[in-house]
Amino acid sequence: MATITLTINGEKRTVNVEPDTSLLWVLREHLGLTGTKYSCGKSYCGACTVHLDGLPIRSCTTPVSVAEKRAITTIEGLSTKGDHPLQKAWIEEQVAQCGYCQSGQIMQAAALLASNKKPSREEIINQMSGVLCRCGTYMRILKAIERAAKEI
Amino acid sequence: MKNSKSPDTTVSRRKFLSAAGGITFAITTYAILPQWAFENPELEPNPEDKGRQISAWVHIRPDGRINIYNPAAEMGQGSMTALPVIFAEEMDADWSLVHIEYSPIEPKIYGPGVWGGRMMTVGSRAVSGYYDSLRQAGAQARYVLMDNVAKKWNVPITELSTEPSMVIHRASKRKISYGEIASFATLPEKLPAIPADQLKDPKNFRLIGNQKITRFDIPAKVNGSAKYAIDVRLPGMVYGVISRSPVNGAKPSLLNATEIRKITGVIEVVTLDHGIGVVADTLEKALKAKAALRIEWSKGAKAATHSSEQAYAEYTALVNDDSRKGRSLESKGDPANAIKMATKVYTAMYKNDYLYHAQMEPLNAVVSLAADGTSAEVWCGTQAPDSAKGAAARVLGLDESKVTLYPHYLGGGFGRRSSPDYVEEAAALAKAVRKPVKLIWTREDDMQYGQFRPICLQHLQAGVDQAGNITSWKYIISGTGDNLLASGAEMPFYTLPDLLIELRAVDHGIRTKHWRAVGHGPNKYAIEAFIDEIAQDQQKDPYQYRRHLMRNHPRALKVLDTVAEMAGWGKKLPQGRAMGIAFAERSGSPGAGVCEISLDRETGKIKVHHIWAAVDGGVIVQPDNARAQTEGSLLMGLSSVFHESITIKNGEVQQSNFHDYPILRMADIPETLEVKFIDSQEAPSGLGEAGLPFIGPAVANAFLALTGQALRHMPFTPERVLATVGAK
Repeated sequence: MATITLTINGEKRTVNVEPDTSLLWVLREHLGLTGTKYSCGKSYCGACTVHLDGLPIRSCTTPVSVAEKRAITTIEGLSTKGDHPLQKAWIEEQVAQCGYCQSGQIMQAAALLASNKKPSREEIINQMSGVLCRCGTYMRILKAIERAAKEI
Repeated sequence: MKNSKSPDTTVSRRKFLSAAGGITFAITTYAILPQWAFENPELEPNPEDKGRQISAWVHIRPDGRINIYNPAAEMGQGSMTALPVIFAEEMDADWSLVHIEYSPIEPKIYGPGVWGGRMMTVGSRAVSGYYDSLRQAGAQARYVLMDNVAKKWNVPITELSTEPSMVIHRASKRKISYGEIASFATLPEKLPAIPADQLKDPKNFRLIGNQKITRFDIPAKVNGSAKYAIDVRLPGMVYGVISRSPVNGAKPSLLNATEIRKITGVIEVVTLDHGIGVVADTLEKALKAKAALRIEWSKGAKAATHSSEQAYAEYTALVNDDSRKGRSLESKGDPANAIKMATKVYTAMYKNDYLYHAQMEPLNAVVSLAADGTSAEVWCGTQAPDSAKGAAARVLGLDESKVTLYPHYLGGGFGRRSSPDYVEEAAALAKAVRKPVKLIWTREDDMQYGQFRPICLQHLQAGVDQAGNITSWKYIISGTGDNLLASGAEMPFYTLPDLLIELRAVDHGIRTKHWRAVGHGPNKYAIEAFIDEIAQDQQKDPYQYRRHLMRNHPRALKVLDTVAEMAGWGKKLPQGRAMGIAFAERSGSPGAGVCEISLDRETGKIKVHHIWAAVDGGVIVQPDNARAQTEGSLLMGLSSVFHESITIKNGEVQQSNFHDYPILRMADIPETLEVKFIDSQEAPSGLGEAGLPFIGPAVANAFLALTGQALRHMPFTPERVLATVGAK
């Protein structure tokens, strides 16, 4: 066991876990930040996407020790009032169905818009194709990202 | 959702019955509680009043806020909003004041009054099943409010009318808000059943059919606050995982129990009939202990003799051997003779592999058994809360009344979550450790111990007359999963005088289950692809050919004509493109689709460029959500059409995660997807699955038009496509 200090959404949090524990289990089960979701555990689906120093990573296969001393952003910290342009666009376009993948979708999209303010349709599709949605909301995810891109 | 957070914020039945500072209506559909629960919180509906359905609850606060209780599971289909919309419409509630909460799990009160009154959210039936009873209940709530005002103001109730959340007396120019009424209202001893002609005229609907009404659940689903059962955390909670039999029916013997118990953090090792459970103080420790389990599985399970690739040969023999009578699903006329007399007879077989639900939230449940063992609580996402509650009670040896179930959002259901198996398991672990246990299935557990849409083979034979029209039809289905294969085999909108539909099922000992649209997926694929193959041979346009088959069914013709017009059926397409059309009815909703495809002949990859769909769902309660459901069912359908296949070898599932069971990614979406609903005043029918059955055959039919070759084995993987076109 190791004592590990993390910076999550601007706050310092300390956990006592094995260093190889996944960041996902630490966020969800040790710290109660359950907006980030477990789905495949192997980086195939993107439901667990969070930002590490602004870059999208799959927290399910990221050992917590890797995240030490770096800035972690989860869906809970993407905006102060749930009003990131993507979150607003997600509501405008009524994207979510079961909703389970949507934290990962939004975090992946936020990383895209942070690096590319006016992505083409093709660039959006390339960036988003690693995040799976079983309900089939992709058409609306695409529209919502295009809408948010106009507002940024 | 208030009651999805934790037990102490959950509104219990008793608590809201006696809620202070407002009134709660218990509404009966047909009549009449002998005494209102409101007046005596302890009173249950009179058990002798059989046939009475109490259908909905609403609570109004003096400040005007209205709580409506939603009895259906919310798994993404949106009915937690749609059902309260129906109620609020007839109640004439101001929608901006409405808050939605889950109803308690009391099927006698909150069951829909159809399909045995069970609280099951399945088969796209929530809106259609609750539509009449919730309109009635809403109208009764409005009546109660007006009746109270009539008495207070001493005016005849007939002089009163309502505007949203307001009762009006025009003669005296007075009005009073529902919230104000709530502060003095009493509930009548008897409620009238509101006659159908006193319900709102659909043309006066403000909420039903309103494009602007958004889903209640979406804001919480974009900021991470929406609670699924997997998100539940309780004081003192421990974690359970289970290693389940790789071959269904095999029994475990644990070879290293002592060693496992010594692993730090392990609290208990539990032997179940179908696996070994490990409970530990953290999830990661539970998973490590699971990986260390050495289990010997018993031999001789029935499933061990089953391999899916070989099964098709067995089915082929079965469908071709008419001495092996199966179960007749429909029979009319004399199809055997009619086929003999036909000008030409066509025969084809279609295959459908096993499919996995792949709901994004793996199965899980939290169960807590009270320290004294006399009561328990269950947190889960389920499509069938009453059976989940009953299952937990059985495992724990408790009466159902001693089990409280807190419904949570479902991270996808698609039929998988109407099975309570995961709740039973969590209950077994909780019973063993007497602590709150969160059971999590890994993705690998979820896939390898899945309950699959059954593998099946469809054998079709049709005779045509001199004009080339189909007059006789013999349809034999074989596969596992029995009745799951029957749905969608019938063709209620096609006129075929001589017809036989028969199911010859085999039990392989494999777990099978309803999967979005159930048998409609494979059956409509076979039926609609076969029709196009015949039309092509007869050199007939497949759209017109179907029009003739559905000539006696205007509703079906309307959706087909609508989608043909949307797609510009018959227009000249770019080189290398072709369109396909198909029709299906699911959950009472006729629907038709057209898609436009191209084919990469090098890779065997089919690209879908455009999809058009027209669906008749009767009155559309929530148009934007209905559109979302249709988009979703079309895309989930496409996923199954191109990518999905579970194979089983000697009883063992060969796939384990999304790398070898790929599902649709954004890269696969069409350039456009257009959905239209037929303008209708018929009662609503189901829309959660309606798009799924026709997209597969629409793709197959476009492929036939493009290449002249028929795709007869779903999914249409590149390998199968290349084999079909004979390239490489």
